[in-house]
Amino acid sequence: MLRRAARKTILFVVAVFAVGCVWELYKVIGPVDGGSVFGWKIIPKASDRAMPHTWDMIARLLEPENRSGGSPIAVTVAGYSWYTLRLAAVGLLVGGIVGIGLAVLMARWRIASRAILPWVIMSQTVPLIALAPQVVSWSGKIELFGWEWPRWASVCALAAFLSFFPVAVGTLKGLTSVPAASLELMETYAVPWRVTLMKLRFPAAVPFIIPSLKLAATLSVVGVIVAEISTGIRGGIGRAVLSYQQASTGDAEKIYSAVFGAAALGLALFGSVVLLEVIVNRNRPREAT
Amino acid sequence: MRISKHRGVLAGLAAVSLLVAACGSDDAEPAAEPAAEPAAEPAAEPAAEPAAEETCTTPDEVSLQLQWFAQAQFAGYYAAVDQGYYADHCLDVTIVEGGLDIVPQTQLANGDVDFALAWVPKALASREAGADIVNIAQIFQRSGTLQVSFKDKGITSPADFAGKKIGNWGFGNEYEIFAALGAEGLDPAADVELVGQNFDMAALLEGEIDAAEAMTYNEYAMVLEAVNPDTGELYTPDDFNVVNYEDYGVGMLQDAIWADGARLASDAAYKDIAVRFVAASMLGWAHCRDDVQGCADIVLGVGPTLGASHQLWQMNEVNKLIWPSTNGVGYTDEAAWNQTVEISQQTPNLEGTTVLTAAPDADAYTNEIVEAAWALAGAGGVDLFGEGYSPMSVTLNEGGN
Repeated sequence: MLRRAARKTILFVVAVFAVGCVWELYKVIGPVDGGSVFGWKIIPKASDRAMPHTWDMIARLLEPENRSGGSPIAVTVAGYSWYTLRLAAVGLLVGGIVGIGLAVLMARWRIASRAILPWVIMSQTVPLIALAPQVVSWSGKIELFGWEWPRWASVCALAAFLSFFPVAVGTLKGLTSVPAASLELMETYAVPWRVTLMKLRFPAAVPFIIPSLKLAATLSVVGVIVAEISTGIRGGIGRAVLSYQQASTGDAEKIYSAVFGAAALGLALFGSVVLLEVIVNRNRPREAT
Repeated sequence: MRISKHRGVLAGLAAVSLLVAACGSDDAEPAAEPAAEPAAEPAAEPAAEPAAEETCTTPDEVSLQLQWFAQAQFAGYYAAVDQGYYADHCLDVTIVEGGLDIVPQTQLANGDVDFALAWVPKALASREAGADIVNIAQIFQRSGTLQVSFKDKGITSPADFAGKKIGNWGFGNEYEIFAALGAEGLDPAADVELVGQNFDMAALLEGEIDAAEAMTYNEYAMVLEAVNPDTGELYTPDDFNVVNYEDYGVGMLQDAIWADGARLASDAAYKDIAVRFVAASMLGWAHCRDDVQGCADIVLGVGPTLGASHQLWQMNEVNKLIWPSTNGVGYTDEAAWNQTVEISQQTPNLEGTTVLTAAPDADAYTNEIVEAAWALAGAGGVDLFGEGYSPMSVTLNEGGN
């Protein structure tokens, strides 16, 4: 177990290093001013402004955000990532609960499935950037039991809006994938549907729920970052991406600090789902064969 | 500053699908509620709020929507908070930063904020589309739009745009370019190559475009904060030619304070708040004229994107757009307004559309609020004209730090 973990870590480091090597290799052989294929400008520029050196990006992490002073930008960005991570985690939690809830409804009543599923699918065709300004303006307008809807909750709602989809679809597939023989056995026991759900359908759905949660985790991070960029909410990595991008004219490496932060938080949320998977699988009975 | 052309359509689509979703799920709803009784006349309104000089028990809560993140472009409002001018006028002001998809005048028309900052042509386009908003104070008296190019391109006036790659932002920020081209008799479709440009200056420095659109107070500073790879030093103004659209009679009015037209007409308390808000904002801008460094520091305290020298530069350049205000700060000059409206109506862009299809009605702007605000703001002997104003000179550091 421990050796496997060590091997995985080493592989990860090697993979990151390899990407860095490819980046630097391209900088050596790629055209500085880019190029066109059949008139399409698709060959990226290898200039230092477009593609800074990897070691410059890393060195930039140790310098302060505004070079005049303060703590290294890595620390600042870690703070932004932590803020965004919490919003994404709430979004994933809400999205997961809503997704599983909808899936149970749809698995219980075919008519519910027919009524809800088209809306679930259609919901994902609404562009997030069109929704974001509307949803953010809920703050100050909605009050739930004396709890005034804050701006960050809108961001979570948008993240949940993206992340519930794979969970709903995946869980539904899982809940309905139970072998007919097992269902018939439960029927002979005459147990209520609720018991079938808890004892048979949910355990059978776990292999479907976990991958859908992994998808949802990355979508939740994307949702939070896009919502932050779109609405300019302060404190998170999305805002940092936007403002560092603006600074790129004179400080091309800065934006990559935010990109690293976003990548790290995506990995963190994904990792927490993997952890959940390990815990769930530990108590999972092996198939009797 | 960033407005998506398609946003309205997308928002409409989103709204429709939400509406449909809502309708689809309300089978279980109880029968429609009985129609509300015909509304009785609202209770007689309390007498209009007393003016500011009376003692202030509970300040009125007011929100202001900015076009972008905190930066010296909005220093006057941050200074009015910091210096207590809003509090002196019995206001509790929340400044709401913008974002990529936040359209200030839309936020205002939706009732999300009480006041919003917006460029005149874009706000008028929203007004033409049905947003009931009114320009109550034209803070920026001049346009700050430039076309910046390297010296060796030889672009010293709009006539030189012919045959060049001209960068522009789109989203309604490009009409001064089209107006300048039209004035020179150039055909935007045939005589120049118009290139979409990001809100940074990399395309100019990388040589992808010959001349880049830039604001005096922001993007122009960005190129002066970048290192010239040939010399290892920062670029200097000597490296560039700058075309200032204001010099060619095609400048359009930019940052103005907009208010909700319906509330202004019917709600005496809101109108009173508007007067006090504009008055205190004027004091903020006058303070920033007289204490440039102090105001740049106030903005730095709010956490802007770019650093100290960039904010000081921006503060200084923004002051130049406001001061001197020959008619008095915030006054909408009819000639400048008409020039903006004319360009908005008569200059088609590449797609052949103009910002406005018809001239806005007379209610689109008012100087009534500004004139009342002068009486409040000028009471302390503050100079609201800035006739003796002279800008300082600012040295930019690398990356604006």
